[in-house]
Amino acid sequence: MRTVSSGTAAVVELSGAEKRFGAVRALEGVDFSVAAGECVGLVGHNGAGKSTLVQVLAGALAPDRGRITIAGALQTDYAVNRALQLGIRCVFQELSLCPNLSVAENMAVNHPSLRGVGWRRRAANLIGTKLDEIFPGHDIHAFDIVQELSIGRRQMVEVARAFTVTHAPLALVILDEPTSSLDARTAGQLLAFVRRFVEAGKSCILISHLLGEVLGHADRIVVMRDGQVAAADDVTAFDRDRLVAAMGGSAPEAPVAASASGAQRSDRALRVRVHPARQLDNAELIAREGEIIGLAGLAGHGQTDLLLAVFTAAEHRAAGIEVTASVALVAGDRQSDGIFPLSSIAQNIGIGSLARLRSGLLISAHREAELARFWQDRIGIRTPSMDNNILSLSGGNQQKALFARALGSDARIVLMDDPMRGVDISTKLEVYDLLREEARAGRTFLWYTTETEELGHCDHVYVFKNGRIVADLDRSEATEERLIESSFNDAG
Amino acid sequence: MQAEATPRIANPVARRRARAGVVSAQVVRAWLPAMSFALVLGAIAWLNPRAISYFGFNLMLNLAVPIVLATVAQMFVIAGNELDLSIGPFVGFVGCVTATWLHDAPLLGAAVLVGAIGVYAALGALIYLRDLPSIVVTLGMSFVWLGLAILVLPKPGGKAPDWLLSMVEYQPPWVPLPILAALVIAGVAHFGLMRTSYGTILRGSGGNPAALARAGWSLLKTKVVLFALAGCFGVLSGMTLIGITTSADANIGSGYTLLAIAGVILGGGEFVGGRVSPVGAVIGALTMALAASPLLTFMNIPPDWQVAANGAILIIVLAVRALAITRER
Repeated sequence: MRTVSSGTAAVVELSGAEKRFGAVRALEGVDFSVAAGECVGLVGHNGAGKSTLVQVLAGALAPDRGRITIAGALQTDYAVNRALQLGIRCVFQELSLCPNLSVAENMAVNHPSLRGVGWRRRAANLIGTKLDEIFPGHDIHAFDIVQELSIGRRQMVEVARAFTVTHAPLALVILDEPTSSLDARTAGQLLAFVRRFVEAGKSCILISHLLGEVLGHADRIVVMRDGQVAAADDVTAFDRDRLVAAMGGSAPEAPVAASASGAQRSDRALRVRVHPARQLDNAELIAREGEIIGLAGLAGHGQTDLLLAVFTAAEHRAAGIEVTASVALVAGDRQSDGIFPLSSIAQNIGIGSLARLRSGLLISAHREAELARFWQDRIGIRTPSMDNNILSLSGGNQQKALFARALGSDARIVLMDDPMRGVDISTKLEVYDLLREEARAGRTFLWYTTETEELGHCDHVYVFKNGRIVADLDRSEATEERLIESSFNDAG
Repeated sequence: MQAEATPRIANPVARRRARAGVVSAQVVRAWLPAMSFALVLGAIAWLNPRAISYFGFNLMLNLAVPIVLATVAQMFVIAGNELDLSIGPFVGFVGCVTATWLHDAPLLGAAVLVGAIGVYAALGALIYLRDLPSIVVTLGMSFVWLGLAILVLPKPGGKAPDWLLSMVEYQPPWVPLPILAALVIAGVAHFGLMRTSYGTILRGSGGNPAALARAGWSLLKTKVVLFALAGCFGVLSGMTLIGITTSADANIGSGYTLLAIAGVILGGGEFVGGRVSPVGAVIGALTMALAASPLLTFMNIPPDWQVAANGAILIIVLAVRALAITRER
């Protein structure tokens, strides 16, 4: 069961891998290897470089620099097809089944050798046998259309398909969050199967946010942080605390003085009260006047959904949500949800306050320009003229214009959906100051962010997992360690 | 562990019922085209019982075969998440070539038609490589085909090759030729697209192209193959049409674009997601062909109003389908 990390037995060996996406360095000189008969657990926070590493191993991304050696042979022209021929398979995080095809038909996508007379029956037998082997008692028919299966069953099919063998060999299976849609029983079946698989001499890379799964089923654990390997050791050398510490990185910053210092929370007027739809206990998110509320947790665990639900509830009554004032939203994906690319900067700001800018039936150009000028000074949008097209601005300044749209409106509650993505640090600092100023003036902010240090600006932090609040932290409690611990908490 | 992700149905009876629900949704989708066809046929039988005969079907479905072929052509394009707005003018162009060059200089005519299929394949490549919207490209091509058709045959006329005439005049025993042809076309398309493994890959390219690319399939090839198949069936459609009408006109296929799209959708296809059904598309095309003219004539609707009434029928039929499919979800 124990295997040495390097040496001749390595199935895959990656050395000095570097990969950049524009200014972002996703991998910075990563050395990584998997031996035969070994299950390597790969953990790290969002954006630590795990997905990039996996894509490089699977041949889906070519690294800018670095060497990849498979079964002792240096690969020069490495791509998906080559990886498949060499027996390296990957179950990607997002589902890669064709929803319009049946379970058996999806086998043809990964097994080109399934053709000729009777291929559908052979495919059905292959996937059926493998499903029986991994998930005994499953409820999936080979001729079910994938679209009509539940997400959990789709994940079972996808995982089982990765372990089927036709002509190409099978040496290493990379499982990226394989249990994210499985219930406890099927997840247990899968992890037990992974152990049987590696004990038969094959290899596996297991990526999971559930630290218990990794600690319980891997032989060796590699922790990634900021595109580098932060720690790599035998599983026995790790426990939960050491893993969390290795992932977490720098010591938490001293919390920045936020707005509502001193005053008792309950004294202020209630602005938003939400009981998330998937919440089982009666935990609630509560935001009061003049507060900055942080929504934390791993990406995509229901924070954006909650913001959108609050936004909708401001107009139409919704069960479990109470909103007592007008609402504005700062979108996270500014290119698709935020800016109007054909309009000027002034128009992009004014669209949030059209009622106030109206004179008769028309929009007063004068008042629109006035509003735009006011916010240009206040938030520091760097442009020769606010009548220029919004696209003439840099990304950070576009984001400022979106803040100006929300803050310039009369909304008392501002929802922010990770608005600082890809914004430079100086802009961020300016916006943080502005937020605090606005909060002191009585505005309420609900701020979803994937950057832990931004939570230091919040009065109160709610940590989300699977659409539920799993932790409710005061500013003094919201340390990086606490946040990571509650986001990765298996019990959640 | 995550105990909450997928709520499993513990009760075996409930589980069986859930499965039965899934099956019945598929069955509804599969039988909808047949039911709408039966409805139109029933209306015709009620209005004019004598139409339901060997001779009656030959007459009513006279023009159905080219529509069926054009619909199958459109279905291949839709299977890859694209739309072909040029199939009607393309059928017209093929018709003009068939009635002139294929009659006078068969080798030249055949070469032009094969070249036209090549152009279709090249369009598929262009759409994939430049990531262009197929609606724009094919809308542009529709004017190109129409212009070429007018160049080939400035005035209505020309003559169908004799071998083509004798083919469409063939009267098989028992089953009228249009129905036999529809069965053969449906069988061939169903086998090719639904049963072979590469046909499955072609449909998969509409369902989840990223997954296909990641598994090492060439999306360029799937797109080219789908468009080339559309070109093939478009050529067959134009040739059969000229066989039936015996002479051509540049505008002869103008109504086919919409008929073909409507046929695919009526036959249970979806515009995106690679969900198409060849058998459904053929039945959809037959329904459109029947509703287009025979039904309206039997309803004593004057020819001036038939085009508008035709559109109204199309809206009603598609609305009923949309309703039935929403219900199934």
